[in-house]
Amino acid sequence: MIAHAIFFYSFSIIAVVSAVMVTVSKNTVHSVFFLILDFISISCLFIMIGAEFLGMIMLIVYVGAVAVLFLFVVMMLNVAQQKNQWFISKENSNHIPIGLLISVIIFFELIIVIGGWKYKPDLFDQGNLSIVNDVSNTHSLGMVLYTDYIHIFQISGMILLIAMIGAIVLTFRQREGVKKQSYLKQISRERAEGVEVVEVASNRGVKIDD
Amino acid sequence: MEYLDLIFQETYKILFLLVPVLVSVAMIVWLDRRVWAFVQKRQGPNVVGPFGLLQSLADALKYIFKEIIIPASSNKIIFILAPIITMTLALIAWAVIPFGVDQVLADINVGILYIFAVSSLGVYGIIMGGWASNSKYPFLGSIRSAAQMVSYEVSIGIIIINVLLCVGSLNLSDIVLAQKDMWFVIPLFPMFVIFFISALAETNRPPFDLPEAEAELVAGYQTEYSGMMYAMFWLGEYANILLMCALGSILFLGGWLSPIELYPFNLIPGALWLIFKILFLFILFALVKAIVPRYRYDQLMRLGWKIFLPLSLTYVVLTASYLFYFNLLPTN
Repeated sequence: MIAHAIFFYSFSIIAVVSAVMVTVSKNTVHSVFFLILDFISISCLFIMIGAEFLGMIMLIVYVGAVAVLFLFVVMMLNVAQQKNQWFISKENSNHIPIGLLISVIIFFELIIVIGGWKYKPDLFDQGNLSIVNDVSNTHSLGMVLYTDYIHIFQISGMILLIAMIGAIVLTFRQREGVKKQSYLKQISRERAEGVEVVEVASNRGVKIDD
Repeated sequence: MEYLDLIFQETYKILFLLVPVLVSVAMIVWLDRRVWAFVQKRQGPNVVGPFGLLQSLADALKYIFKEIIIPASSNKIIFILAPIITMTLALIAWAVIPFGVDQVLADINVGILYIFAVSSLGVYGIIMGGWASNSKYPFLGSIRSAAQMVSYEVSIGIIIINVLLCVGSLNLSDIVLAQKDMWFVIPLFPMFVIFFISALAETNRPPFDLPEAEAELVAGYQTEYSGMMYAMFWLGEYANILLMCALGSILFLGGWLSPIELYPFNLIPGALWLIFKILFLFILFALVKAIVPRYRYDQLMRLGWKIFLPLSLTYVVLTASYLFYFNLLPTN
């Protein structure tokens, strides 16, 4: 039990400290690395309460894919300089009040949800959940997700697909004058059409179409 | 006291796994170079020790005594952290690889997800190394490599789903035991081929070694590294390759099971069979390195997203409908 407590506290301390460091650190790339550390320690906490499937999915989805995209964006856009300019320059940016407002709203939402749950434990009806304790985590999650909530699950998948297509449509633009390579053309090239023997007139050269 | 005893016991087990893995990584480098040389009618490393077996040891000694150079404009902490992360991630994934019935360090329920998660973390070692070097070639190499590894993980994940449909469990020992009657390489042969190619891309092996394409990027993300830190990248890479070979033999080639359940084959211990299968896959890796030219970057992305992803998704639907139609879905 003591070992359990030691692990729990070390993981949660790492999670909280790295969450603070995400906002405090000057370098944006460091912020993303702290965010990744935060994700990893949260997934360790998930595994400690027995939700091993959630923990692993958290690692695969958030750390393995989403955070990589974050890193890409931060490294490419050079946000580090912009962020420093906001704090140093005299005219304050209007991002900070909006951020504060959103964080206050989220904080109150959390208070309402957790407070309501503490005040009245049966606020969320868990009666119709068919959770069986003697099968593994993954198994029971699949049972609930693909039987009772199949429609909600499918609809959320549809919404994600639509969002993805929307993002592609918004960012897709066809540029003029871009040279493209056609694999079919490259593979089906024959020697006869690739090489041409030309009589070169002296002092005039040849014109090759490109 | 009992608690300390447990810790000592576990440490002993971990060392018993890690030391052979590290030694075999060194040997596998020698094997890789030998196979590569034989395909090209060369001798390869054959001077140090019998058949050149101690070549890797000599190389390791050289790396240890070389000076570690840290570029002045680099981000020092992340620069040092990158090879450590690569190496650690390559080694911790071995914890769940089963070498026989109950011969596994951690027999966890979500073993395959664990391996998948750890191998998807492997990209950070490369990104951190490339970014912290604060130099153009490493940065380009790491960006390339990250995009490549993320895209091929998708197809590997879907191939794993194919296998899981036939097994009905995420535990690696269960996956091996489900192949008692027939190895999955027979019904899922197209998936085995795609897994093999994706594993090549995932571990940055030729013909997909674009992150370190020497003709374009000097040495990619490793350009600024020297001495032991370079060697750690290198060891981590080969440990990852071995891990992918182990994963391939567990998913498709029946892990520790012997190919024929007959008298002389039964005597060979299961761990040895697994090692034979890993070696077989590794020699294929080495042969591919020797005989195939490097892909262009756009071709690589096209192969991952436009060919492998739809193919493996179609195969998931096929496998699922076959199992459903003939009532073969595993029930447990």
